[in-house]
Amino acid sequence: MSADGARAGITVTARYFAAFRERAGRDAESLVTESRTAAELYAELARRHGFADAMTRCKVAVNDELAAWDVRLEAGDEVLFFPPVAGG
Amino acid sequence: MSFKIVSTPIDPDALKRTLTAAAAGACVTFEGWVRDHNEGEAVQALEYEAHAAIAEREGEKILAEARARFAIDSARCEHRVGKLAIGDCAVWVGVSSAHRGAAFDACRYIIDETKQRVPIWKKEHYASGETGWVNCATKPAAR
Repeated sequence: MSADGARAGITVTARYFAAFRERAGRDAESLVTESRTAAELYAELARRHGFADAMTRCKVAVNDELAAWDVRLEAGDEVLFFPPVAGG
Repeated sequence: MSFKIVSTPIDPDALKRTLTAAAAGACVTFEGWVRDHNEGEAVQALEYEAHAAIAEREGEKILAEARARFAIDSARCEHRVGKLAIGDCAVWVGVSSAHRGAAFDACRYIIDETKQRVPIWKKEHYASGETGWVNCATKPAAR
């Protein structure tokens, strides 16, 4: 716990695609989280839903822009989780 | 726009005609087709899904990189989504340039980067009735 007290939860929307959507059984959910980066949120949701893909093989987008995994999350963000891609 | 996600069949001849230019002495195209097997499993059909807006934006970046790296005149790419049958064209890349070397190199660059970076996913429908998302370790939850 930091000096300024407990982390407050923020509300974000998580959106799932392809294998993640099928595994989670939904295409989106709103949740209150103490995760502060996309990486922390992926770890949290991977535990909750059983996503088995290493984060480094996946991609994340925040508010429809591809983002780095260490991007800071803000209340109201929409976080899109992309499993490993397979075009072609 | 030169990089498009489409849900209707790809028309390679029509796409190739858009690359025609008086300065072009070479045209290299690549077509990715749906094949009937993958990693030892008989495949009956494929389903592609994309985040179209982000896919097209990332795809345009790849085309811009190809234009910056190689001496080409024009480049474009279409990737189809939805349910595809064996033999269908899933992806088409075309490049025109003054000389063949740049066209071969740019075409290869575009398809390789597209496969690695663009948010497109492929679900295989196997003869056994099972399905699987290519490259993914995440499996459907047990019911």
